[in-house]
Amino acid sequence: MVKEYLTISHIAGPLILVEETSGIKYGEIAEIELATKEVRRGKVLEITADKALVQLFEGTTGLNVYQSRVRFLGKGIELGVSMDLLGRIFDGLGRPIDGGPKIIPEKRIDINGNPINPTARDYPTEFIQTGISAIDGMNTLVRGQKLPIFSGAGLPHPQIAAQIARQARVLGKEEKFAVVFAAMGITFEEANYFITDFRRTGAIERAVLFVNLADDPAIERIATPRLALTCAEYLAFEKDMHVLVILTDMTNYANALREISAARKEVPGRRGYPGYMYTDLSTIYERAGRIKGKKGSITQIPILTMPEDDKTHPIPDLTGYITEGQIILSRPLHRRGVYPPIDVLPSLSRLKEKGVGKDKTREDHGDVTNQLFACYARGKEAKELAIILGEAALTELDKIYAKLSDKFEEEFVAQGGDENRSIEETLDLGWKLLTMIPTSDLKRIRDEYIKKYLKQSNQ
Amino acid sequence: MERVTTSPTKARIIKVSGPLVVAEGMVKAKMYDMVRVGRMGLIGEIIEIKEDRASIQVYEETSGLGPGEPVETTLAPLSVELGPGLMSGIYDGIQRPLDIIRDKTGSYITRGITLPAVNRKKKWDFIPLVKEGDEVRTGDILGTVQETPLVIHKVLVPSGIEGEIRVIKKGRFTVTQTIAKVRTSSPPAPRLRRAGGIKEIRMLQKWPVRRERMVQKKLPPEIPLVTGQRVIDTFFPVAKGGTACIPGPFGSGKTVILHAIAAWADAQIIVYIGCGERGNEMTDVLLEFPKLKDPKTGRPLIERTIMIANTSNMPVAAREASIYTGITIAEYYRDMGYNVAVMADSTSRWAEALREISGRLEEMPGEEGYPAYLGTRVAEFYERAGRVVCQGTKNREGTLTVMGAVSPPGGDLSDPVVQATLRTVKVFWALEDRLAYMRHFPAINWLNSYSLYLDNVEAYLGKEIANDWMKLRNIAMAILQEEDSLQEIVRLVGKEALSPREQLVVETAKSIREDYLMQDAFHEIDVYAPLAKQYRMLKVILELHHSSEHALEKGVFLEKLLTLKIKEKIDRMKYIEEKNIREFDSIEKEIKREIEGLTK
Repeated sequence: MVKEYLTISHIAGPLILVEETSGIKYGEIAEIELATKEVRRGKVLEITADKALVQLFEGTTGLNVYQSRVRFLGKGIELGVSMDLLGRIFDGLGRPIDGGPKIIPEKRIDINGNPINPTARDYPTEFIQTGISAIDGMNTLVRGQKLPIFSGAGLPHPQIAAQIARQARVLGKEEKFAVVFAAMGITFEEANYFITDFRRTGAIERAVLFVNLADDPAIERIATPRLALTCAEYLAFEKDMHVLVILTDMTNYANALREISAARKEVPGRRGYPGYMYTDLSTIYERAGRIKGKKGSITQIPILTMPEDDKTHPIPDLTGYITEGQIILSRPLHRRGVYPPIDVLPSLSRLKEKGVGKDKTREDHGDVTNQLFACYARGKEAKELAIILGEAALTELDKIYAKLSDKFEEEFVAQGGDENRSIEETLDLGWKLLTMIPTSDLKRIRDEYIKKYLKQSNQ
Repeated sequence: MERVTTSPTKARIIKVSGPLVVAEGMVKAKMYDMVRVGRMGLIGEIIEIKEDRASIQVYEETSGLGPGEPVETTLAPLSVELGPGLMSGIYDGIQRPLDIIRDKTGSYITRGITLPAVNRKKKWDFIPLVKEGDEVRTGDILGTVQETPLVIHKVLVPSGIEGEIRVIKKGRFTVTQTIAKVRTSSPPAPRLRRAGGIKEIRMLQKWPVRRERMVQKKLPPEIPLVTGQRVIDTFFPVAKGGTACIPGPFGSGKTVILHAIAAWADAQIIVYIGCGERGNEMTDVLLEFPKLKDPKTGRPLIERTIMIANTSNMPVAAREASIYTGITIAEYYRDMGYNVAVMADSTSRWAEALREISGRLEEMPGEEGYPAYLGTRVAEFYERAGRVVCQGTKNREGTLTVMGAVSPPGGDLSDPVVQATLRTVKVFWALEDRLAYMRHFPAINWLNSYSLYLDNVEAYLGKEIANDWMKLRNIAMAILQEEDSLQEIVRLVGKEALSPREQLVVETAKSIREDYLMQDAFHEIDVYAPLAKQYRMLKVILELHHSSEHALEKGVFLEKLLTLKIKEKIDRMKYIEEKNIREFDSIEKEIKREIEGLTK
């Protein structure tokens, strides 16, 4: 018999204080039944003697101190998992919203997960071809990596994420592949874009969607990515699937975290975000990876919108410290009509070195990437100089570099929303651009590759 | 971690808030004692006492804990186990062996596990170095054990023991078997007198992590820690026994540099502390180090490496403890007379753990919410580095070098952790994301960085490598400095405004940057540059500079000097292997020949 408490003494923001409790555990789930018989869920945040502080996922609107009943369920939030999850759409707390039947779970898993033992991890080395040159060529994604997209309001990150979800594959292999999609506080239209795109391409069959929309309770967002990752872990490490997890938008998640922290009157850190935000975000991002002896993998692409396009804002900053690189979108490129507007220079994939080269992509990949980076950076610098001093001040060579950087953006970075470039096409495109500059300036490419590939692309 | 006694009055949990648990009835509790919390027996440490209430930071996830559950104190502070078997190990922040945990519980870390850090069953070949009747005191070597092919483990007389060897054994023993008996001359503790003044010594010892291991005295560091990274060894060297910090925004390559140093530095023992960082980075070390070979012995580097891995998603309180666990183990090997290097990546995450616990204790926050004692803690940590005379009669010397990464928010160096660190450490490697974007790696800014060990190591480098080492370094530095101010002019009025000599300076500075400072951590040869090669490379660049200067004075056109054929060879000299160091002679000759050809 589960005890029911009628002893709520205090309601503030998303928090309630329940008194005279006994046997309550930290982190367990509570059900709050309102006078209207509506049932909401919450989580124990703190227990002091016989008082339990509970955070409600659905908010406290309409909650009354005297008529609401609280039941503690003695366990954390769990997700019922089974292969039937594939192809289904759930709300931010894991309840079906696609009109389909309830899931009959194979088992129930606590959504908080446990940290992967570092000795059990396998290093991500398998190249994932996304078909997008700016990613494949310059900031290569590998299986088991967590590579966020740092975007800004109004930039086409949903299109890029959908394109990656659609095109991503590992070369030369046909393996079980799934997409887990978690939406946190995004608009209906944006969520609908993903759902429609998944339906259009048939990807929905192998996708699981957890959707918390902008008008859904903000606190629910705390649970949404964890549900998605629990689902992903089940598919990857128990059902041998390669899972791509898209989390959008992490900024809304962090803001929900701040909301709870403020309600608890905690000492705020930078910009009001709680001091433990780094640790909290890491318990989401670190759930990506590969495990020794397991076939599946979890690759994460979290999306966040940088407030004011500011990379030093706490959300992108802390994310960048945890994830293995970042893909940064650029507003100036977007304005010039370049799709995808990926700003190659500050973008980075930390696991690139292990995923490229002979037997993985092509032997010249690493050198070509470095050379393109260097040339593009020099070209950009020359263009900046030209803005100050006028084009006449540039040397002939600098003019060539400036031109190369334009071409790089227009031909290499830019591509169609449905264009799926193979890694060979991407690299050959790179070589084509490199023919513009004198061979003696190709310092970062080994001679043998210059001989082998430069000639080819000249012909 | 055996349970000693339970308190007479029952200790019970009364509050749970994240990693902080408050218990009452803790009559016997002492500050920083280890406790077992709840029915699951989670490990925690007492960090505050108010009457019989103790605040406990718990090193494991606390969900599922509730008021009323029991708390047991072990009456001993958080300690590490020291003895043969540590080497090549990987531990979490409170020294639990992660590889064994994996064997027991699978791919995920579950809670409430207690496992000995040092293998109790393995037998070691103990070779005694003292004989019965010898007088020994704390720190003397009793004997040795071949711990790994790279490391000879020296078994020392534990702290507080002094006297005459009564029994010394030879043969194969586990760490818990007695290998020697010492008759203590003046038993320091009453409990020893009960044992008739005879103290049994085992290979396994314990030491509380928050207490510095004792030494006879500290000495100023004088010998550079050779890392094989040109920008570090030549421009901003760290001495063996010194301290260094690497602050930089994300993506600037802190971890790559620390990994490179861990792999190539000429320390005999490496302790790598992954403190609140990425899981995959630890995996990288775990998978790479068995493959990388020690340049001197050809043995895998893992044989001299110990790893402490408390990744960002592992419990935050254990992260706070991890750097102490790491440095205590490092001190233990230093006491054997080794050159030990500790890398802590990243100290910012440790400071954040401190902040989180402090916040839950409702302490008055200092800057940015960090506790007011942040600076003291940082200083205490780095002060455990040093070149020391170890305890014992033989006056062995050992060094402990500490290098810490700092991850300031947004790369902002005014961050309290960076500032607290800079007040303590002697070497500052300033990483810049601007350099990283230009793919200038290591992205260490040559103008902002500094090393206060230049004077200390000058004598050694002058003797071992070349007399003019420091002179060359200073000339190169001056050229880089001048380039910086010249670039300002170029930006304003263009390159044409510079005199030919100034243009030459800009050109040479570019060569120093691209051909010398830039080093490819992923290239099989360039990854490690021995000192001799560094010297020759720098000499070639400056040789060309000086000869060109002379040629300019003799009226040779700058354009001719900028398009010398030898430049192509200079571009590629970083790929010359050490065994082909002779190639530098021919480069130098060619420079001479080409320039002489112009001046004729």
